[in-house]
Amino acid sequence: MSAVEISSLGKVFNAGSANQVDALVDIDLSIAPGEFVSLIGPSGCGKSTLLRLIANLLEPTSGSVTVNGKSAKQARLDQDYGMAFQQSGLFEWRTVAKNIELPLELKGWEKAKRRARALEMLELVKLADFAEHYPWQLSGGMQQRVAIARALAVHPQLLLMDEPFGALDEMTREHMQSELLSICRRTGSSVVFVTHSIPEAVYLSNRVVVMSPRPGRITKIVDVGIEGERTDATRDNAAFFAGITAVREALRGVEMSDHVRGIEDR
Amino acid sequence: MKSRSLLRNVLPPAVFGIGFIALWELVVKGFDLKPYFLAPPSKIWQKFIQNFDLIWGATKVSGTNALIGLLVGAVFGILMSLVLSRYRTLSDLVTPLAIALNAIPIFVLVAVLNNMFAITSEVPRRIMVTLVVYFIVLVNVAKGLTQVSPTHVELMKSYAASEVSILRKVRVPNAVPYLFTALKIAAPASVITAFVSEYFGGSQNGLGSRIASNIANSKNAVAWAYVLGACLLGLAFYVISSLLEGVATPGGGSKRAETGPGARRGN
Repeated sequence: MSAVEISSLGKVFNAGSANQVDALVDIDLSIAPGEFVSLIGPSGCGKSTLLRLIANLLEPTSGSVTVNGKSAKQARLDQDYGMAFQQSGLFEWRTVAKNIELPLELKGWEKAKRRARALEMLELVKLADFAEHYPWQLSGGMQQRVAIARALAVHPQLLLMDEPFGALDEMTREHMQSELLSICRRTGSSVVFVTHSIPEAVYLSNRVVVMSPRPGRITKIVDVGIEGERTDATRDNAAFFAGITAVREALRGVEMSDHVRGIEDR
Repeated sequence: MKSRSLLRNVLPPAVFGIGFIALWELVVKGFDLKPYFLAPPSKIWQKFIQNFDLIWGATKVSGTNALIGLLVGAVFGILMSLVLSRYRTLSDLVTPLAIALNAIPIFVLVAVLNNMFAITSEVPRRIMVTLVVYFIVLVNVAKGLTQVSPTHVELMKSYAASEVSILRKVRVPNAVPYLFTALKIAAPASVITAFVSEYFGGSQNGLGSRIASNIANSKNAVAWAYVLGACLLGLAFYVISSLLEGVATPGGGSKRAETGPGARRGN
């Protein structure tokens, strides 16, 4: 059973009105358990919309999404996935540990069990000493790690991430990418990852889904052929550069047909 | 180190304040200003001590009116903002009316209210304070309940949270700093309203009416002594609301903005 199964998915905003937008047309995508898939494309190509359709934060206009064999809605109600955004979205009136406990609170877990899980998650993202800190006492990278810990708190099979490292500086960003991969190796979660950065997409992913705007659609799916475990050395690897070139070419195809901005070519 | 920073924070304004009072005293004495024009601080202080019991009694009357109005107004304001944030259509219905009501120079209502209740009643004054506080609290708390970070709302939806959970765990905590901002504005405003509403007749027992009657009797220094009492009352209200804010917002309210909302949504 695939982690995510998307078939003939379409999304239209403001249907019937003058400012109707075909955000997504005819999307087919299947994501295997444990697979890491990035969505990349210029602004307006609908990659965040696609993520929100998987998360059931939006309802599709046509087609279907299943997560772990359930409807997207059922998967949301069962908290089958964890989610992280560009904004860490931490609740500033809660301590770090209390932030991680929030999804568990909503599931009705009892206090001691919640606390134990929160500490386990903090251990995972190497912030065990910061349980009683408030978010504003942490750096941007640390806040984002807490957000990831919170997304993983319910031990979801699927992690949905919308440019989670977009607001971080380059050094922190590369560090966080390695951290994320090592966390995923331990938890075995599948990941759908929206990004603007080609190297980030290639470094992290098994497959990179290249999208184009107006209407939003998948133009190419690039298989990244990096063998074995990815480390910092991977960034000097020939397969890594080959992947970057392949994604860039696919995006250039998009660019030829349209005026495109918003891709970080670094 | 700590005592030095205290010294640096407290000393300059203290010196300035004492200097200002000394200058006042000197000007009054030096230019031989008449007491009906401006009384010297020493005389005001003397009258303050002499009339302390009377001033304290008047302070209690005005202070009680302000406090009751503040509490009732805050409670109603909070309740109404909760109702309005829950039912948007009602909000659309009520908000224009609320703005229109707020635009009335509402002090004139005291005269009307005095007419409705017994002339010796404190109720009209308390209603006035309640009204003023109510609008301040309503506007601010409603903002706090509705202007939550979109990321927070999406997260809560992804946790399959109900509207009630979102209210309890996101909207209400988000509104707490807004409530204290409102109270810091409303606390001194409640004292001012309590004074001013005394000018529209009724019992001559509060600070506001005492100031007016003493000026009418050319007892300038005594009037100033009552003004001093009024200052201290307003200050007390402000300090208490500030202290409450410190207690209620863990980690300091002002620091929050750094992780706060302002979602930048790239697609």
